[in-house]
Amino acid sequence: MKFDYDIIVVGAGPAGSVTALHAAKKGAKVLLIEKRQEIGASLRCAEGISREGLEKAKLKIDRSWISTEIAGAKIVSPNGNVFRLDERNAGNEVGLVLNRHLFDKALAADAARAGAEIMLKTAATSLIKDEGKVRGIVGTSFGEPIKISAKCVVGADGYESQVGRWGGLNTTIKPSDITSCFQYRMTNLKAEPDFCEFLIGSVAPGGYAWIFPKGGDTANVGLGILGSRLKHPGEVKAYLDKFIKKDERLRCGQPLEAVAAAVSVSPPVEKAIADGLLLVGDAARVIDPITGGGIANGTIQAVFAGEVLGDCAQAGDFGEAALQKYEKLWRDQLENKLWRNWMAKEKLITLSDKTLDEVVKVLSECDIKSMSVYNLLAALKGKLPDLVKEFEEFI
Amino acid sequence: MSEATWAKVNNEKCMHCGACVGSCPQNAIYLAEVLLAFSDACNRCGRCVKLCPVGAIRMEGKK
Repeated sequence: MKFDYDIIVVGAGPAGSVTALHAAKKGAKVLLIEKRQEIGASLRCAEGISREGLEKAKLKIDRSWISTEIAGAKIVSPNGNVFRLDERNAGNEVGLVLNRHLFDKALAADAARAGAEIMLKTAATSLIKDEGKVRGIVGTSFGEPIKISAKCVVGADGYESQVGRWGGLNTTIKPSDITSCFQYRMTNLKAEPDFCEFLIGSVAPGGYAWIFPKGGDTANVGLGILGSRLKHPGEVKAYLDKFIKKDERLRCGQPLEAVAAAVSVSPPVEKAIADGLLLVGDAARVIDPITGGGIANGTIQAVFAGEVLGDCAQAGDFGEAALQKYEKLWRDQLENKLWRNWMAKEKLITLSDKTLDEVVKVLSECDIKSMSVYNLLAALKGKLPDLVKEFEEFI
Repeated sequence: MSEATWAKVNNEKCMHCGACVGSCPQNAIYLAEVLLAFSDACNRCGRCVKLCPVGAIRMEGKK
């Protein structure tokens, strides 16, 4: 049987493009499809990432897609206690705020230069299967029905994660593992222009509110609420509007863009591969369950995916056994931390505003030289021994 | 009456973000760029109604 492509990657977000890049680099014939009419738009992201995350994913920092270089982060408790992390104690964890509409296009362009073909406004709506093996996609391209065959399909379809489910992989998540988000890009603000701010507690039940600088007096201002804490339809936007009104640095601002989104804050998928099928990025549920950040983990995973798929193309075998190498590589790198952070999230969401006030106060008063979960807990241990006991299993 | 017709989307409120799609335990929702389509697999569980950040979905005869 003759195939149109070795690999079809569904979704041209960072994980999809990086997978396509590394597979194409090894000589695979790759098609990258994106259902929207523009790569990197419309935005579904707060755009923050650590330098370390970019380095681990082998992404060379390019000024063209950086919006703002950040001096540090602030964690703010409900009563206004502030814990500041800067380059001194957070090191490489201190990050950047991206311009996703440029970042995503740059990564897709890298894939194209390596030989991948790109089709826009092209959606997969189901999979072609042959004797249990995935063998391509059925969908539409600019409104016309299409059927494209391939030896392997990559589900890089983000939070929606439908490709995996069409292929029999379970990517379903429960409301307590979903954060529903709303954000404005706002201008004319009085917030600090080079600090990412995280506001925790009942301002955003089970999640947090954020202010991520986008240059000068502009920032992404948003919040996310855990699905299991939502009571009424549409209240995520209502929470954000209330938050902005109450903060005098923000209520003078005006919106330039409104963004809705949901992120998974779950453990990773149990299985990210099947015969002729592989999941990568948010579709494989590798978003960090504490921060909700997904670009670093997704692209780290995508490098492994692309390289293994490239090898599979050379060997002409995309069976589950051949893809098992990918499963091992990404799990060795990411899985323990994802599970640990998921369990920590499950505990963190139980803390009251009063406890969070105490925690942030203690952290702000001690000298933490290098940022790690271990050092944070060590700093808290003397003052809040009962609380730390509950978290000690995560060290 | 087809199950799919139980879900009502307010297109003026919808921001086409896909929050409902990824939260649907039946994988019954499809987002075609800016239009949501519900399939017969919808069992009216109402999870999408709750998870939608802007309250754009309503479920008639919710179970």
